[in-house]
Amino acid sequence: MGATAALRASEGGMRVVVIERDVAGAGASGVNAGTLSLQIKRVKLMPYALIGHEWWRSAGDAIGFKRTGGYTLAFNAREAEMLHDRMTQKRAAGAPIEFVTPRQVVTREPALCDRIVAASYCAEDGHADSTRTGTYLRGLLRDAGVELREHANVTHIDTREAGFRITAGSETTSSKRLLLAAGAWTAPLASLLDVALPIRVRTNTVTVTEPGPVHLHAGVGHATGLLTLKQKSNGSYLIGGGWQGTGSPEAGRGRVVADTLLQNLRLARFAVPATANVRVLRSWTGYEAYVPDYWPLAGVLPGVRDAYVLACVRGGYTIGPCIGPLVADLILGREPALPLFDPARAM
Amino acid sequence: MTFDLAILGAGPAGAAAAVEASLLGMRSLVIDEQVAAGGQVYRASPPISSGDPDGDRLRASLAGCSASVRLVHRLWNVERDDDGFRLLAIGPEGAFEARARSLIVAAGAQERFVPFRGWELPGVMGLASATILIKAQRLLPGRNVVVAGAGPLLYAVAHGILDGGGRVVALVDAQPRSAWWMPDLLSRPDLLVRGMSWLAALRRAKVPILRASVVDAVAREGDGLSATVQGRAIACDAVCCGFGLMPATDVTRLLGATHSFDAALGGWHVVVDDQQRCDVPGLYAAGDVAGIRGAASAPHQGRIAARAVAGAAIGSTRERDGASRFGVAMNRAAQVGDYVISSIAPDVTMCVCERLPRSVIEAAIDDGCVTINDVKGATRCGMGPCGGRMCEDAVARLIAIKTSCTRRDVGMATGRPPLRPVALDAIAGDFDYEALPMPAPAPL
Repeated sequence: MGATAALRASEGGMRVVVIERDVAGAGASGVNAGTLSLQIKRVKLMPYALIGHEWWRSAGDAIGFKRTGGYTLAFNAREAEMLHDRMTQKRAAGAPIEFVTPRQVVTREPALCDRIVAASYCAEDGHADSTRTGTYLRGLLRDAGVELREHANVTHIDTREAGFRITAGSETTSSKRLLLAAGAWTAPLASLLDVALPIRVRTNTVTVTEPGPVHLHAGVGHATGLLTLKQKSNGSYLIGGGWQGTGSPEAGRGRVVADTLLQNLRLARFAVPATANVRVLRSWTGYEAYVPDYWPLAGVLPGVRDAYVLACVRGGYTIGPCIGPLVADLILGREPALPLFDPARAM
Repeated sequence: MTFDLAILGAGPAGAAAAVEASLLGMRSLVIDEQVAAGGQVYRASPPISSGDPDGDRLRASLAGCSASVRLVHRLWNVERDDDGFRLLAIGPEGAFEARARSLIVAAGAQERFVPFRGWELPGVMGLASATILIKAQRLLPGRNVVVAGAGPLLYAVAHGILDGGGRVVALVDAQPRSAWWMPDLLSRPDLLVRGMSWLAALRRAKVPILRASVVDAVAREGDGLSATVQGRAIACDAVCCGFGLMPATDVTRLLGATHSFDAALGGWHVVVDDQQRCDVPGLYAAGDVAGIRGAASAPHQGRIAARAVAGAAIGSTRERDGASRFGVAMNRAAQVGDYVISSIAPDVTMCVCERLPRSVIEAAIDDGCVTINDVKGATRCGMGPCGGRMCEDAVARLIAIKTSCTRRDVGMATGRPPLRPVALDAIAGDFDYEALPMPAPAPL
């Protein structure tokens, strides 16, 4: 989000510097499961997701984009009802989602569980290789002439008459305007400006297996959203779904919790029986920031002149490249093409 | 099941800790992946004996103590909470779970690899792998073997091959002869004599010993292999190559203990105090995991750790420290200069699991990656089945060389479960779909 905002601001004629605590893409955008699915986006965010999705699609091979199509599955009546209700609304919001019969699903993807009760399909769904996000964004910033300072942990922000003095390590930077787009680390940054953002953090778990025989082509989701699963072209399965680990951004990387990992793997095992025989190589966690109403913080940082914030975008990996430039438009004094989400409402 | 103490590893440190804990009246659990206790140093062959009286004594004393011993159990996760530790393993009967108030990690060491052209070929293996074949299965790595690398294992493996009736076509020691002149070796005249007898056996068998040399490349040649050393091709059917030992820190990393880098102790190791305590409450480490000090020092560390867990008097640590001298010196002989990393060609594979050549790793470093976690995130290096055990050290060293940073700056990769690859079904076990807990879905 920070990088795409920087790119738009630079296009608009501003001199921009991106200050990054670790390296580009080290946070949520680099450690998520790479799912680019319209079926798991919130209804009101669908216009943003469609634009973001297009950005990833056009990035193509450089970030390992694959348009695989994706199924969302329901295995009992309660889930079927939820699926129908949710996907109908998402379709109305513009996502090209269709309902398919269990027989159609199993014919096209024989590796899926034969206990499907209802299913939806979106041909636009796919995934990217999130480990390549940082390298890709770094290249874009470099090509645009935007300075990127990595391994620069911001410890002080002083407000001055005409802007900010930002201290990271031994370096100090002066700027007229400031955008905080640090994901789960946004609240600690805002506190340097004495602004208490009500940001909370989820610790999502992702698991990768060793490569197995390629059985599955489309992405797989669950009506509840508690499973995302894909088999990459090398045969390894990536399993996610927002099961919670533990940890806090201030204390370092989060930790996987065996009890939630177990349920995540059971759901994967149930939906795709072929996963039973592959070995799990690694489970990890990534932080996802949110505010209690689960809508983005995208706009003016309340109470600080010329400061802005962009965080807590649910589905931010897909939506980031759409909403980043929109916030940059606001900073440039332009009218954003889609409405933003005023952070003041959350205070 | 809740134990006072769990011990990971039934090698010299773990077994001694278990016996001591038993004498002190603690209920303890020992978990080890192997079929027999003894660790790598006293690895047994069927019928279970290492042919080494120390190993047989270790197994007898472990079997005779009150500890509950779970062999053939693969630990895949450890969690810590206010009540202590929760251990999750997969055994012959499936999932096994236990709790313990304290934990002694006695996970030992792992081999250090240095990538070279062809190191991923079948027939090329580590010195430790060759030791497993020889000790546990009485198998030879090949009929005509090149034994290469650095450190004492080089001579142990070459001797083992000769002893088993194989031929060592060349012993390629990266070190000059002078690297072996260390006063601390005199601290164990018995082991020094054993080393000299190995060397004499190599001489009798007229094994060519090439010093200050490394294997530059291995390639397939007919039915066998060809190893290139200083421009000379050596025909063989197996190459065993390793560069000393590193502490096996995956469990202590996972638990978030503080680690320190010291090349003399094998690199990254978990930090312990004089009572073998880590800086995570209830966590202790004994043996090579706390720095490579060898098999003689390990039992002392294990006993001290067990006494510390029980709150018993530790007594003198002189014996432990004295016994460490030889092991530390031996591992020092396996330390080779940066040239082994600098000379890796751009197209040589560094991460075997993800098939990443040096050029890809280097591009990531040139692009701004300065820590091992940065490179891992950018390239997937170390994310395959080996979990970084084969490539992390060489890649971290490359980063340090290229960025002129220290290994401490480059850091260690974040510890993550599972500690070893585990079949998804073994973790998932039997379950009823309708009984799976489903947290409330995300808002629409």
